[in-house]
Amino acid sequence: MDKAILKVEGVNTYIGQHHILQGVSFEAAADHVTVLLGRNGAGKSTTLKTIMGLLPTSVGKIYYQGKEIQNRKPYEIARMGIGFVPEHMGIFSSLTVEENMQVAMLKEDSETGKRLEMILEMFEALKKFWRMKAGNLSGGQKQMLAIARAIVNDISLLLIDEPTKGLAPIIVNALIDVIHQIKQHTVIILVEQNFYMASSVGDAFYILDDGIVVHSGKMAELVEDKALQGKYLGISKTEG
Amino acid sequence: MAGEILKRKGREIVIFSALLLGLLPLAGMDIKTYLTLTIAGFAMGMMLFLVASGLSLIFGLMDVINFAHGVCFAWGAYVAFSVFRYFKKLVEAESLFQNSLVFIIAIVAAILVVGIVGIIVERVLIRRVYGSHLFQILITFGGMVVLTELIRILWGPNDEVMPVPVTFRGNWDIFDIIVLKYPIIAIVLGLFVFGVIQIVLKKTKVGKIVRAGVEDPVMVQAMGHNIYLLFTAVFAVGAGLAAVGGMAMAVFNLQVYPGMGDAYLIFAFIVVIIGGLGSITGSLVGALIVGLSYNYVAFLLPPIAVGVNILIMVVILLIRPTGLFPAGK
Repeated sequence: MDKAILKVEGVNTYIGQHHILQGVSFEAAADHVTVLLGRNGAGKSTTLKTIMGLLPTSVGKIYYQGKEIQNRKPYEIARMGIGFVPEHMGIFSSLTVEENMQVAMLKEDSETGKRLEMILEMFEALKKFWRMKAGNLSGGQKQMLAIARAIVNDISLLLIDEPTKGLAPIIVNALIDVIHQIKQHTVIILVEQNFYMASSVGDAFYILDDGIVVHSGKMAELVEDKALQGKYLGISKTEG
Repeated sequence: MAGEILKRKGREIVIFSALLLGLLPLAGMDIKTYLTLTIAGFAMGMMLFLVASGLSLIFGLMDVINFAHGVCFAWGAYVAFSVFRYFKKLVEAESLFQNSLVFIIAIVAAILVVGIVGIIVERVLIRRVYGSHLFQILITFGGMVVLTELIRILWGPNDEVMPVPVTFRGNWDIFDIIVLKYPIIAIVLGLFVFGVIQIVLKKTKVGKIVRAGVEDPVMVQAMGHNIYLLFTAVFAVGAGLAAVGGMAMAVFNLQVYPGMGDAYLIFAFIVVIIGGLGSITGSLVGALIVGLSYNYVAFLLPPIAVGVNILIMVVILLIRPTGLFPAGK
């Protein structure tokens, strides 16, 4: 495996009294899309929130580019070059698309300007609805905006939580193209329940169950392993 | 069907009804009295807006119920009182320039002093109780008591007469309608502050981050913005706005007294709830509704003036539970 940009070692996380992550360990290799899979409640979203500092790590270490980041403030982690697209997208509905992007931009230099131009070419709908309130966008457009906000800064790692949730199949295909474009220059950790999406963009996978990693490997191997899919992902052997 | 219409058009219905109700007092008074009360109501509304806008931003962005906000109002009044006493010559000079100068000095001093008090309150008291409304109520109530007692220690326990700059006193007689000078100044001050807040919130980066934070503070953090620094700044600005409101109200009522903040806190909460949490426009509209209705009812049937404000709040909450201009949370 290539050199890892992010290493998660034996991370435990509590939400209130509930012990959600019970020693999660995995790494995200450079030039890879690493997919976290598992059933509802397995701890996938909690893992991303813990990496982002939105939930405290009670035990364990998280290394990003060789530096320990567990329990740092979320804004410090974001400023180190980690972008985050949460499951609920976190769109600021009362702000326009333009204002959403402005809030996301940590610098307003020429490099950021070039990235913004590139993003608007990639997401034409955002350009079209630039001055519209983000709350009026469709579900797919909101997801595009959430991703656009995360990649407008100079980031090295992008965490995306269930981007296909509630989206029509045609939008999912568009999203797959977008992820392929982003992975050219950014490492991605993707939490996904949609196995079509996960297998289309993923290079490596980790399956979580009850707050612990139970399987890992190359995505191509998982695509072939119908028994594993059935056991942990709820995909029957006849499904595609 | 009717419920759906109310849900979709609730804001328009409430504002239209408020405008119609605003004409209702004409049945019980002559037009001159009505106009005088309307101007006084607008002035009171603008002063309430100054207090409520800070409370609304703090409530909306930080999800903090701040009972100490009223005492910032009183502190602002007392700081201005001290400035007016210190610069007595400027207050007593029959010069609009000198009177305006001392008024501006008092505003700046009130904002600075109370802004610093606000920073201390946020850092020492409120930072420990984010996320817990019960503890926020208890600790800010305690802060309110301490800060009110500090006023008694620093300025004395008795009511004091608030000096008013000479050219701000008296009235204009326009076609036999008595128009007091100071309420007009208070209205201009309130509109000016409203304009400045709107420009900051809509045109500046920090303003946009604040608006985003009112909707989703967690996401704002995850985007790389130090939300705690923003909380402190908004708290200081909120306290500063309350201070300007307190100063304006003290000049309007010609007096300062240590418990004056408590009396207006209830109005500020009513305004915030009517207007919608975190909305500056909502605070302005809510404050005008409260200010006008209070003045009309206090003239016609004084004992029920506050009760009518609470009734208006209840009716608006029944029609639009999130207030007239919810900030999109």
